[in-house]
Amino acid sequence: MTAPGSSFGTSHGAARGDHDHLLEFEDVHLSFKGITALDDVSFTVDEGELFAVIGPNGAGKTSTFNCINGVYKPQEGTIRWKGEDILGRRPDRIAELGVARTFQNIELFAHMTVLENILLGRHIRTKTSWWDGAIWVGPAKREELASRAAAEDIIDFLEIARWRKYPVAMLPYGVQKRVELGRALAMEPELLLLDEPVAGMNLEETEDMARFILDIREELRISMILVEHDMGLVMDIADRVMVLDFGERIAIGPPAEIQRNPNVIKAYLGEEMET
Amino acid sequence: MRSRPRLYTSYASEVALLPTWTQKTAALVFLLCLALIPFDVVPGLSFLADSDWLTILSRVAVYAIGALGLHILSGLAGQVSLGHAFFVGVGAYTAVILGGEASRTLWGLALPIWIWLPASGLVAALVGALIAPVAVRVRGIYLAIVTLGLVFIGEWIFRSVVAMTGGAQAGREFPAFALRIWKEDTPFLDFSTDGPWFGIEMTSEAKTYLLLVVFLVVAIIVAKNIQRTRIGRAFMSIRDRDIAAEVMGVADTRNKVIAFALSSAFAGVTGALLGAFLGRLVPEGFSLLMSIQFVAILLIGGLGTVSGTLLGAAFVIILPRLVQDFTGLLASTVESGTGLLSTISGVFVSTGMEDPGIVSTLPGTSPGLNVAQFNVVLYGLLLIGFLIFEPLGLYGIWIRIRNYWKSWPFTY
Repeated sequence: MTAPGSSFGTSHGAARGDHDHLLEFEDVHLSFKGITALDDVSFTVDEGELFAVIGPNGAGKTSTFNCINGVYKPQEGTIRWKGEDILGRRPDRIAELGVARTFQNIELFAHMTVLENILLGRHIRTKTSWWDGAIWVGPAKREELASRAAAEDIIDFLEIARWRKYPVAMLPYGVQKRVELGRALAMEPELLLLDEPVAGMNLEETEDMARFILDIREELRISMILVEHDMGLVMDIADRVMVLDFGERIAIGPPAEIQRNPNVIKAYLGEEMET
Repeated sequence: MRSRPRLYTSYASEVALLPTWTQKTAALVFLLCLALIPFDVVPGLSFLADSDWLTILSRVAVYAIGALGLHILSGLAGQVSLGHAFFVGVGAYTAVILGGEASRTLWGLALPIWIWLPASGLVAALVGALIAPVAVRVRGIYLAIVTLGLVFIGEWIFRSVVAMTGGAQAGREFPAFALRIWKEDTPFLDFSTDGPWFGIEMTSEAKTYLLLVVFLVVAIIVAKNIQRTRIGRAFMSIRDRDIAAEVMGVADTRNKVIAFALSSAFAGVTGALLGAFLGRLVPEGFSLLMSIQFVAILLIGGLGTVSGTLLGAAFVIILPRLVQDFTGLLASTVESGTGLLSTISGVFVSTGMEDPGIVSTLPGTSPGLNVAQFNVVLYGLLLIGFLIFEPLGLYGIWIRIRNYWKSWPFTY
């Protein structure tokens, strides 16, 4: 396991503006034709924090991610990035701010190789225009080689070197999950949204992924929001946990507190019928 | 290193257009053969040196350039377009307005090739960039329909603006391949007349062929470079998963518009080259059939690869000639003999008014299809066949053959 050098990862701890939190999600209300997906949900994520969102199926966890990414436009509320309102911005603009994401059902570019997928993650960190690209010699080649070096660092970090030139559609599920994480890391994000990174994985793969998440946090100091059903993982690694149920926030706090919260127990285990 | 001399030792050598020694050598030999064909010195390829075949090879080069454009739009960015013929037309008529001779009824500025050729690409790209924002609001089959409409609108405009196109049926003369500094009478380099070049006697077909091969090589390099850099990966990401691409920071509409413009630029240059190469074009030429030909090139060659596109162009353009030769061969078999071979041939060709057959060699109306009609049917059958049985096209077949020999004598 090689620790990635300074060639990827971001410069955090730099001048902090007039904002208190990295991300503020305030009274966000999202509904689809009468079905309420998020009902006045609020939370904040600080720099360097590993924030987890849990809840039963359909609680609104992925919808929360889609709101942050700009894929969904909430009807009410505000979403602030470093104090700046980003609600209603296009997904690609939000990505440019430094928000990266992995998806619950792998959303890799199936016909591209592992390497190409990771290089695509460098899109926001590179500038080559199409005409530079068409000429190749000069700026395009220089940037291409620099991107390649950065991509190789990530490939090394995630231990996927042997699959480098494979089209991702051919790879096993666990490796695809890792490639997706690599693509997100290539964006040199400040906030990483992980949507069920260990869903469907066996114990060994889960432990590998947990190790990568902890390494990302400690060595690259990237803030993370983690959506996950694996309670063991969440309670082990998260700093704070938010619990959603039917689009409502029913609890927020440190893992130990959440485990004792009666509302959470009720949401997960159900309520005793009064007789 | 001595024991493993061909390892990659730098990223620069790995991302090269032709990364391995084998590929470099093969490309060099192939290019050399292409360049030497008109001089009739390559053993086994001397039949290609004849003017007839050189014209066909030139046409392959022209169509391959246009197909590379569609490869960028459909193969890389995944946007199905049936409107390629429209942009070929835009390029052709830009070239003829700038480079063509004016007359009482026709517009023309008679400018030299170094103006009209780049301009044809630029204007087509501009038109593409103007239309694209509207077109890319829809995707898949809907985009195909929108671009289909474009071909019909385009054909109507081309027929109507007689001063530009010479009108339906008639068409007009296009500027020939001749390099002039400005409007002087004797060109600096003339590709359209027979005569010696550097002491070597060459026909106009040979000169045109060599010029078009140079253009094609440039187009291939540009297309390959686009594919292997940032913009190419952005196109492919939109093709594979557009929403994920957006979340990764790839601006959807912007990149689709760039893909459209780039593709149209290739199409525009093709239009200009086609005009100069054929000498005269009629506005009906830029029809749906031409668009289908480009789509056929992509699908038969193999969607998404430059090599596939080139294979497809060669196949689709040479096919009619092969059909014609083959029909001729069958017809002569029928006429000459009485054996079994002649009977079988008789089923396929009809040589007389009373003789039923699939393809007819008689001029004018006759039972069966004529060779051109049969080619259209053949394109259709090939498209269906490739889509069902070999979606990766000729390139896919090549990969399978290569892998077979790579792992031989094992099956995998």
